[in-house]
Amino acid sequence: MPQPRVLILRAPGTNCDVETAFAFETAGAIAERVHIGRVLERADVLADYQILCIPGGFSYGDDVAAGRIFGNQIRHHLAERMQAFRDEGKLILGICNGFQVLIKSGLLLDEADGPQATLTWNDSGQFEDRWVRLGVRGELSVFLKGIDQMYLPVAHAEGKLVTRDEVTLARLDAAGQLPLRYLPLDNSANGTGDQVEVPFPDNPNGSQLAAAAMCDESGRVLGLMPHPERHIDPVQHPRWTRGEGGEQGDGLAVFQNAVGYFA
Amino acid sequence: MLWEVDIYPRAGQTDRTSGDLRGEAADMGWPDLNVTAAHGYLLEGRLTPDDAERVARALLADNVVEQTVVAPLGDARLAAPPKEAAAETAGEGATLLHVMPKPGVMDPVAQSALAAIADLEVPVTAVRTMRKMWIAGLADADLDKLAAKVLSNDAIEQVIRGPLDLERLEVGTPYAFELVHVPIRELDTDALNRLSHEAQLYLQPAEMQAIAAYYRELGRDPTDVELETLAQTWSEHCSHKTLAGRIAYEGPLGAGDSPRDERQFENMLKETIFAATQAIRQQLGDDDWCVSVFEDNAGIVRFDEEDNVVFKVETHNHPSAIEPYGGANTGIGGVIRDPLGTGLGAKPIANTDVFCFALPDVAADRLPPGVLHPRRVMKGVVAGVRDYGNRMGIPTVNGAVYFDERYLGNPLVYCGNVGILPRDKSHKEPQPGDLIVAVGGRTGRDGIHGATFSSVELTHESESISGSAVQIGNAITEKMVLDVVLAARDQGLYSAITDCGAGGFSSAVGEMGEKIGAEVWLERAPVKYAGLSYTEIWISEAQERMVLSVPPEKWEALSQLAASEGVEATVIGKFVPTGRLQLKYNDHEVADLAMKFLHDGRPPVVRQAIYTPPSEGQLADRQGTPAAVDGDDAGEILLDILGSPNVASKHWIIRQYDHEVQGGSVIKPLVGVANDGPSDAAVVRPKLVSRRGLVIACGMNPRYAAFDTYHMAASAIDEALRNCVAVGANPSRIAILDNFCWGDCERSETLGALVRAALACYDVATGMTTPFISGKDSLNNEFSYVDEDGRKRTIAIPSTLLISALGQVADVKRCVTMDLKQSGSLLYQVGTTHQELGGSHLALVRDLDGGSVPKVDVPLAKQILAAVHRAIDGGLVRACHDLSEGGLAVALAEMAFAGNLGTTVDLAQVPRSANAADATSLLFSESNTRFVCEVEEQHAAAFEAALADVPHGRIGKVDGGDRLKIAHDGETLLDIDLATLKRRWQAPFDW
Repeated sequence: MPQPRVLILRAPGTNCDVETAFAFETAGAIAERVHIGRVLERADVLADYQILCIPGGFSYGDDVAAGRIFGNQIRHHLAERMQAFRDEGKLILGICNGFQVLIKSGLLLDEADGPQATLTWNDSGQFEDRWVRLGVRGELSVFLKGIDQMYLPVAHAEGKLVTRDEVTLARLDAAGQLPLRYLPLDNSANGTGDQVEVPFPDNPNGSQLAAAAMCDESGRVLGLMPHPERHIDPVQHPRWTRGEGGEQGDGLAVFQNAVGYFA
Repeated sequence: MLWEVDIYPRAGQTDRTSGDLRGEAADMGWPDLNVTAAHGYLLEGRLTPDDAERVARALLADNVVEQTVVAPLGDARLAAPPKEAAAETAGEGATLLHVMPKPGVMDPVAQSALAAIADLEVPVTAVRTMRKMWIAGLADADLDKLAAKVLSNDAIEQVIRGPLDLERLEVGTPYAFELVHVPIRELDTDALNRLSHEAQLYLQPAEMQAIAAYYRELGRDPTDVELETLAQTWSEHCSHKTLAGRIAYEGPLGAGDSPRDERQFENMLKETIFAATQAIRQQLGDDDWCVSVFEDNAGIVRFDEEDNVVFKVETHNHPSAIEPYGGANTGIGGVIRDPLGTGLGAKPIANTDVFCFALPDVAADRLPPGVLHPRRVMKGVVAGVRDYGNRMGIPTVNGAVYFDERYLGNPLVYCGNVGILPRDKSHKEPQPGDLIVAVGGRTGRDGIHGATFSSVELTHESESISGSAVQIGNAITEKMVLDVVLAARDQGLYSAITDCGAGGFSSAVGEMGEKIGAEVWLERAPVKYAGLSYTEIWISEAQERMVLSVPPEKWEALSQLAASEGVEATVIGKFVPTGRLQLKYNDHEVADLAMKFLHDGRPPVVRQAIYTPPSEGQLADRQGTPAAVDGDDAGEILLDILGSPNVASKHWIIRQYDHEVQGGSVIKPLVGVANDGPSDAAVVRPKLVSRRGLVIACGMNPRYAAFDTYHMAASAIDEALRNCVAVGANPSRIAILDNFCWGDCERSETLGALVRAALACYDVATGMTTPFISGKDSLNNEFSYVDEDGRKRTIAIPSTLLISALGQVADVKRCVTMDLKQSGSLLYQVGTTHQELGGSHLALVRDLDGGSVPKVDVPLAKQILAAVHRAIDGGLVRACHDLSEGGLAVALAEMAFAGNLGTTVDLAQVPRSANAADATSLLFSESNTRFVCEVEEQHAAAFEAALADVPHGRIGKVDGGDRLKIAHDGETLLDIDLATLKRRWQAPFDW
């Protein structure tokens, strides 16, 4: 397959769709932005794509709770189609609001006994736009293969990952389903997220285990709070004028992994 | 039947609702408030208990972190909080309060919830959000005060004590048409003036007489909607009649001219600010890069081969004073619609927001009646901008905050937006025969002056619905409109577009149809609830609406496109070549006005303006003793200025704004080793495939107004330009905007101060070849109240001119930031220091008056900006920072702590004029057009060559230590560690 096709699923209030499509295209995919209304009218449209991405933004204004209303639309109208999409060996990525949508749609975790985890208000009680250092743990997530660390921005108010109970948390951790962790900013050592106690603002929201992302058991569905699409170009790095950052932004690897998966 | 869903945190989870209330109460003087709170929803519909539970579980609550109480209204379960959620004593003997939006006030969460409940196939017909709280330990009177000052804002919310006793949520009553004529033909002058006031037309006597004369000639009386249309079109807000009117000015003309000069203006703005741009465009000839100035909803300039860029800044002061959140919310929402309504619709790519507040630490018991606490105003305004800007997906990249006690009761909220627009979509022309199409939000009573609304539906009492001053925006509606408009633009589905701002349909349709004529069918406009009269529909200022001029053959495609995105688009009329504005309501003609009279019939406003700049005195304390500031005190002064609210870090605000959405961010508002130094300007790439960048900055110096508004204006322009140049903008490609916020300009002196500033705008803009491309004024920024002794008091704001700048860089890789980069680099000051401490921050923190206000040497300034740009563009500069509030000392401190690199400076080589040899002037003078540049030693010769024709001096070196050391004449003036400097700078707003 030469170039995978990406469906960038947008809803009213989605606002990171253009730069997310650009990131996928930079990584070599063909990306199309499609309104949820078109998918609800004709769910078969999913068959034309190998990757489904729910980008960042404020779907339905974050009204009621971030990702809730969009998540419910998927849960009530598209759940089976989405599961089939994943089970065909295709990929699903949710970024920021997309992660909030995924976790509230039931696509990430089994909900036979009710929801196991959620994303709720930051401990700071407010929206935070700041850069964070991230460490990858384990090899379950297709999107994070071969990545050790990343430096990416977060920009959210409801990004604190909370599980139903400690048992759930331990199980997800052990299963490798919390594959990305906030790291201390001032730690230049190559930590990979063993530091559980990462204080604010390095852990910008107070997530349990400093978790910044969650993947499903297959590793083909990933939701993450940081914005990889905002670190594609070197000049997006907040300290590029100090000579920091590489020749490509750290976030590009996430999209390259997705595209490379179909190579 | 009404159901209530109360939502509490689960045990062990953060209780945000109660925590926020406790925090706000503590701010306002009620520490340790004993409160238990929930947020919740009221649902109307024929629900079974299972339905209600299902809605709560599946939609409204997050079952991992929240618990619910679900019951029909009146049920005992709603009368107490669940045990585990209650605070220690609240609940026992506590008073129960409910706070909810007044009927008719925009409740976006309720709207979204209603649609989402429909998706669950539960029969709910109306939803309202609310907050519910039990408060213990307060006397009744205190509770009332708390409710009014902390828990609610009675402009938009109502507080209900005890259990809720409501029967329905839906609002609206049927409307019975009745055409109203206003007999004015026979009224005498006094009666006309009374009518103008009582009907809230606020027209001048001469204007009322012109209208009466017009109708006498027609042989009939006007209808109410005709009068409203005239009043709106002729209003100060829409026509800028004062500044665009005839003014006889008496006062100095140039920078230092005799105070007795005179000048007669036929149209003051046209002859100063517009004239500057015309002169510049003529001078540029074939190189003119302005595209559309002072015509459209925003100014348009060339960007690259394919695209233009547009820029507009507006103010929303009075609404923000009454309801800070809603005022700022609809302020940013409104200004975003300006670029969207410019040309055939620009894509918004960046926001800028500048605020002026009274000091946030003023004692709550010292506030005049009716004034919200400045801290509450500030928090509300920031939240309003945050919530709207972030939801729109437009990065808020630039801003400033100024504090002065005279902004009490009249804060200033400037909201700006930059957009990008294909060159071939930059002009619009509605065509005769085009349909008039309303797109977006529905029309309600929002923004109708003084309209009241019977709300028997909710409380069985008469409540007043929000008037024009207080609206809440719904950003997602506007985002959806934006998505539809840009798609329709690219498909060529309309021939013109404009926004519905002040004046609603009246102003939007009136302006679009000015050269053609229009017929409008008012009953077709979608309304939020029943009961609106034809006049209310016509003049409503409801948010999130655009008006499009659509060729009939394109209507079907546009209609389908809008429907596919869930946006309402409705034909409400037609442009017809009659030269008339004809309004109909179900076949009744309710208005028939000649466009010519509407747009050209207003008699010119004639005003006197006088300006006498105060004579310059010595810098002195309040007793008049000349200030003896010597070098000994320099360290303390520096720390005090860094910790003064204007200069202090605004990270608390900046971090709440998404400044990186759209992915174009190149230079962020906070820069440096720890991403926390103050950038001079923001740089964004509006096109991800291009290296070309836009630079956004501003300049403002209200403290200089007390000296001479000419120099205040000149300094503001200089500051905006040097901020742009400091990050790499090409000074010959910077466009600027003017936003005058002034007091009551019926006072000749106040208007004189404005004319004086406008004269400076002409001189500096032409001298710098920097065009003004758009602007706006807000007059009457005064707050009146009756004091304890029954006397009327008025607080007028300081004359405040905001200059916003939009610069360009050919390749963003050339940009620099202000943080020091490297140990061993050399430091230069570029530009000359004069003894200009008048209005300075040194004077502010030491409570001094007098002194000389900073002036601009325009020809030299132009040379300096060009030279600094040459050096930056040549890759010779590692860091660059402009000198503004606090002068050289503050600039050096900020550069050093942002780069975490110690620095040693000697003032010997600072370029100075003869009167500025003293350490105080060299460190703290606020002379214009100065920079500090960090230059690597290997580039020193090239840098000095680039700067050869302008004043510059090598003042020090980055030593790589952890201290800022400044010496003068061999004597150490200050030696402070960087951590202390930074801490003082960050502390004030580490909220």
